[in-house]
Amino acid sequence: MVENRPFLDFLTHFILIVGVIIVAFPVYIAFIASTHEPSAFVRGVIPLLPGDNLVQSYSSMLGSGHRVAGTPPVWLMLANSFWMAMIIAVGKIAISITSAFAIVYFRFPFRTLAFWIIFVTLMLPVEVRIIPTYAVVANLGMLNSYAGLTLPLIASATATFLFRQFFLTVPEELMEAARVDGAGPLKFFKDILIPISITNIAALFVIMFIFGWVQYLWPLLITTQEQFYTIVMGIKRMLALTDREPEWNLVMATVILAMVPPVLVVLFMQRLFIKGLVETEK
Amino acid sequence: MQTKRSIFSNTWLPYALLAPQLAITLVFFIWPASQAVKSSFEREDPFGFRTTFIWFENYTRILSDPSYLNALGRTAIFSVSVTALSMGFALLLAVCVDRVMRTQRFYTTLIVWPYAVAPVVAGVLWWFLFNPTIGLLPHILDWFGINWNHRISGVQAMILITIASAWKQISYNFLFFLAGLQSIPASLSEAASIDGAGPFKRFWTIVFPLLSPTTFFLLIININYVMFDTFGVIDATTSGGPNQATMTLVYKVYTDGVAGLNIGSSSAQSVLLMGIVIALTFVQFRYVERRVNY
Repeated sequence: MVENRPFLDFLTHFILIVGVIIVAFPVYIAFIASTHEPSAFVRGVIPLLPGDNLVQSYSSMLGSGHRVAGTPPVWLMLANSFWMAMIIAVGKIAISITSAFAIVYFRFPFRTLAFWIIFVTLMLPVEVRIIPTYAVVANLGMLNSYAGLTLPLIASATATFLFRQFFLTVPEELMEAARVDGAGPLKFFKDILIPISITNIAALFVIMFIFGWVQYLWPLLITTQEQFYTIVMGIKRMLALTDREPEWNLVMATVILAMVPPVLVVLFMQRLFIKGLVETEK
Repeated sequence: MQTKRSIFSNTWLPYALLAPQLAITLVFFIWPASQAVKSSFEREDPFGFRTTFIWFENYTRILSDPSYLNALGRTAIFSVSVTALSMGFALLLAVCVDRVMRTQRFYTTLIVWPYAVAPVVAGVLWWFLFNPTIGLLPHILDWFGINWNHRISGVQAMILITIASAWKQISYNFLFFLAGLQSIPASLSEAASIDGAGPFKRFWTIVFPLLSPTTFFLLIININYVMFDTFGVIDATTSGGPNQATMTLVYKVYTDGVAGLNIGSSSAQSVLLMGIVIALTFVQFRYVERRVNY
């Protein structure tokens, strides 16, 4: 701080507190709503203080799901989301780190072409290729499966770039020393390159896990069986009831449950999260 | 392209290492994209028996279709408002967090977590707050004589999706602004302060110009976010309504293609969107690469 200005200090904290309240307010209201009985939403305004229906709302959603909307129990959707996010994160890292290793440590025909093919995926978000990708997945018989949920999202140009960038900074001597000691490419990759990349892998994992968790359009299209519903798309199914108001306490309980896992990941791995975010997007 | 000075020599291994990524890219990215390009030049009869090659007819039709042009204009307005709202708010918070000393980490933690909230969930949260019958904000607006009903008013529906989308993006912008602010040497501000510049003057004449590479980078990322990732926000809150008032380009590709089964038109729209992404990516790589050189 350059100089001492008590009023400005006060203003700074005031703005920050208001900002934090604005950021948290919608979630607070959602949590409060989840603790009330359905009758609290019939008329008047949504409650601002907790009710006494907390255990009831959450246990009924986790246990039996939303009967009217035809969604499975929330624990099942949470498990699906978890596996989808896990497979996407691990898969993206696995195929990207091997690609980057091939591109940096070998010289072979079509190397530049391979690099550009991977680069192109950056320009093809799933939203612009929905229908043809759906057709491919349907033809391969992968509708309603974890493979169909994850494979079309798993290619990652950003992860490949990040690893390539990192490998280029690894000292040449490391590889030369490994070679003198008789290590082949796979041994060098497994015993030297992966261990020194572990922070990058972890940082990337946090970002990719969240990326997988918040996917919406893709699961919405390719899952028609309840047993493959993910939590994020399940919420939408609960809201899409015709000619009746959603059961707000149950919907909001699901919303809170859908937010808890990725938010916990961000909060507990904050340092890795920030590192991953800043480095992947550069 | 760069490699190591010393390399491994192996004829088949690099291909094996690249195979999974390339296979997925070709099957799920490049092939579908080429199919989209192909069907954007075709018309399919209603029963799907026959497709005819019609050159640019799909393109000329959508580009002369008022509902497409409206969606284009609307997407532009939506992008600008979400980006401005979210970046403005995030910059304010980042400047404040940069000023405080001991509580920096504490405030950062409280601001970053919405990054992990799915866009659909963000949409549901604000939709609930703005619910015309029981929502809190319509009640408050009622005191000021404003009748809120985003199911009827297109402008209000637009405000709803703008707020929800901007809210979700605050944490992202905040983190990058904070990193940008912290990379500016304190000596510059100190020198200006000795010359008698107050905090606001210092911000506008020194900090803000030095932050411009970050700002520019975030501008591109935010436009990209608004164009594509807000699908969930819109689907959860307004579904493009009322009367197409919140129909953005991506949402239109989805409704025309998946719900309306108009494959030719939807593909042509996809191809135009790809053009926009390619342009944004190009701008990002062309200009953002140099963002460290002030």
